[in-house]
Parts: sequence; structure tokens; C-alpha cells
Amino acid sequence: MELAGGQHHSDAFAQVNPLKKVPALKDGDFTLAESVAILLYLSRKYEVPDHWYPQDLQARARVDEYLAWQHTTLRSSCTRAMWQKMMSPVFLGEQVPAETLVSTLAELDRCLQLLEDKFLKDQDFLAGPHISVADLVAITELMHPVSAGCQIFKSRPKLAAWRQRVEAEVGKDLFQEAHAVVLKAKDLPPADTSIKEKLKPSVQVLLR
Amino acid sequence: MGLELYLDLLSQPCRAVYIFAKKNGIPFELRPVEIFKGQLLSKDFSQINSLCKVPALKDGDFILSESTAILIYLSCKYPTADHWYPSNVQARARIHEYLGWHADCVRGTFGAPLWIQVLAPLIGVHLPEEKVQRNRAAIDRALQQLEDKFLRDQAFLTGQDVTLADLMALEELIQPVAVGFDLFEGRPKLAAWRERLEAFLGTDLCQETHGLILNILEQAANKKIPDPAPEIYPYMLLRISRIP
Repeated sequence: MELAGGQHHSDAFAQVNPLKKVPALKDGDFTLAESVAILLYLSRKYEVPDHWYPQDLQARARVDEYLAWQHTTLRSSCTRAMWQKMMSPVFLGEQVPAETLVSTLAELDRCLQLLEDKFLKDQDFLAGPHISVADLVAITELMHPVSAGCQIFKSRPKLAAWRQRVEAEVGKDLFQEAHAVVLKAKDLPPADTSIKEKLKPSVQVLLR
Repeated sequence: MGLELYLDLLSQPCRAVYIFAKKNGIPFELRPVEIFKGQLLSKDFSQINSLCKVPALKDGDFILSESTAILIYLSCKYPTADHWYPSNVQARARIHEYLGWHADCVRGTFGAPLWIQVLAPLIGVHLPEEKVQRNRAAIDRALQQLEDKFLRDQAFLTGQDVTLADLMALEELIQPVAVGFDLFEGRPKLAAWRERLEAFLGTDLCQETHGLILNILEQAANKKIPDPAPEIYPYMLLRISRIP
């Protein structure tokens, strides 16, 4: 699926996800949207190693807590940072007012501080001593502002160390493969008018 | 000390946790927290939840925040009927699918009218009409998606049974209703869902849970809402600034 080409607006895709968003899963007749829902579905259906989404009630609650917190906080500020700093000027050809960008980056900073202080703390991973889906969700969100040129790991050695651990657990090749497209987003050619028209309405809210 | 739940019933996620615990007969000590009296920022509370947010759960030494996590924890730890958070992988996935969309399109959006009409004015802030209208439009869009994508022809949001998703949704939808925004008007399908859900939960429990928030306008009119504690002004201003 290529979002930059507006493919998610096609009728064929609407059959998979009427909300026209990715990621989307199709397992026989069963279709599912929302990344967290998909991750948890895959974890349980394919009986992946327990540490990804533990059976233990309290250990799992820690993962659930992170997954719930991140959606309206870190995820939101990472997406806005990427769109306001890079995607909007480069892809849509529209600069975002300086003060909006400043406020978004301040918000991102606040979220990163909370990530370190309230979740990571002195642990190796976000929900405890082992890697879980919480770390995958977090690292993929953080790669968005990174792709826009935000040096979020530079002044945060604890977070940088955590990133190295996650990358090592996932495997360098797989990590790079997963992030290849987003890290090249800044090199996208400007969108043509028809694509801009298609994407602009859904993107407006990210630019404020 | 058994289970403790730190809740402010003015808050939507707090009400979802309260109503779930009560409906399922889960024994707990209610620890009321009044957000506007600055109690979230008190030293005592920050030892409970360093994120300084409600709802918060304390189960012995185990402390948990985030309503979704709390609801899942309670439904798994205590003997609750399977339908709330089914063990069936696909049924469970539907709840998480709803909660993902809810985080993007409902949370924050449905809380705004209370902030606009009652809470911001308490500290002398009046939002421009443009933002008020934008919020209304966002609410309308979300309600349409709620009906078309989730409810459809089902009895409840993710199927034929009540789940955690329905509780989270109900409590968010009640919030604008409390300030006179009757979003069930002209939406018979959604109104029927609300009726079914409230019948399932029980009138008494609904009145007990919703009493405080549904009384908010009357409280405001009679100047019965206490002035917010100065230490929470920054939190209030930050929240207000997030209304697009």
C-alpha cells in the first residue's frame, strides 16, 4: 500500500477497511484495522513468545497501560512533528507557521520526558525487563520525527540506549527494512495536485 | 488493604471504570479525587500515580493507570462474564479495534464541549466560535462513523453483547449531553443503543454514576462549582490549547 499515492482511498481497499486507513489485516473473511488491535491479534493467534504480550496479569497490564497512554500522547505528537516539520513542506508544498511547529516540538519533548521517566525508568524495556509490543509501537512512532530530522536521541542517552536494545532484539536487518520507506520520506517528490486534493482533508488536523 | 480505585466521576474514563466495577460486583474502596481542587497534583496522589492522572488502580503494591488497562485487568482478575472482554481472539480484536479509533476520534473531542462551556470560563477563557464549530463538526463526524462502522445493525458496538467498548463510548457521549448538546437527537439508532446499554447496566447504577456530570450545568448556574485551584491552571490551559 502506498499512502503517498492515495491508494488507501481506492474502492478495493475500502472493502478491507471502510475507514480507509492502514494498517489493515485480512485473515480469510476477517478484516481488522487499528495497529494495536492487529498486533494483539497476531500475538495471540500465532502464539508468539510470551514476552511480546505476557499472559501474566500484571505484566500484561503494564503493556496495556503503555499502549493506551501512547495513543493520545506520544503517537499524536510524533505524527504532528513529522507532518509539520517535513511532510507538509516537502510533499504538500505548504509551510506550517513557525509558532505551531515550535509548540508541537515542545509537546514532543514533554512526551519523550514522560516516556523516559514514567515508562522506561531504569528498566531495559518499556514494560519491564523484556521487549514487548509496547517497545515496537514506541520505536516505530519515534522513527517519524527522526525521519523529519528531529534529533530526539541525541540529548537523551537513556532513550538512545533503549533504542539500541530494541534494534538488537528485533535484528538490525529487519529494523532497517521496516524503516526504509519512512527514512526516505524526506526525498519524496512533491505531490501532484490530484493527490494533494485527496490527502489534504485528512491531513489538515495534523497541521494545527 | 484491598483494591482501591482513584476516581473523579466528572471524568469519562473514571466513570467507565466505576460502572464496570460496580456492575460486576468487584469489591473496591472508592478513593474520590477532585481534579479541580488540584488533588491530582498533591504529594499523596503523585505517590499513587506518578503520571498524576485518574483513573488509577492500586491493588496491594501494584499501581495501574489508563482506563483501558484497568478495565482489562479487572475483567481478567475478577470473575466477570466473558462478554465484557471475550476470550475469542476475533471478538477481542474488535474491542481493541474500537478502542484504537476511540482514542483518535472520540477521546478529547467529546470532552471539549464541557471545557468550552463550563470549565474554561471558570478561569476566564472563552474559545473562539471557529473552534466551537470545528469541535461540533468533529463530534458529528465521529457519531456518523460510530453508527456506520461500528454499531451498524448490531445490538452493541462490537457485536451482539455489551463489551468494554460500549462503556468507554457511553461515558464519552454523556459528556456533551451534560452541557445540553443532545447528540442522540435525530440519531434513533444510537439512541436505541444507549437505551439498551443503560437498561443492561440498570437505572440505579446509571443514575449513581452519571448524577454528578449530568448536574454540572445546574451547579454552574448556581455558582456551586468551586474555583479551580491555582496550581492546576497550567494543566487547564494546556488542555484548552489542545482543542483544535
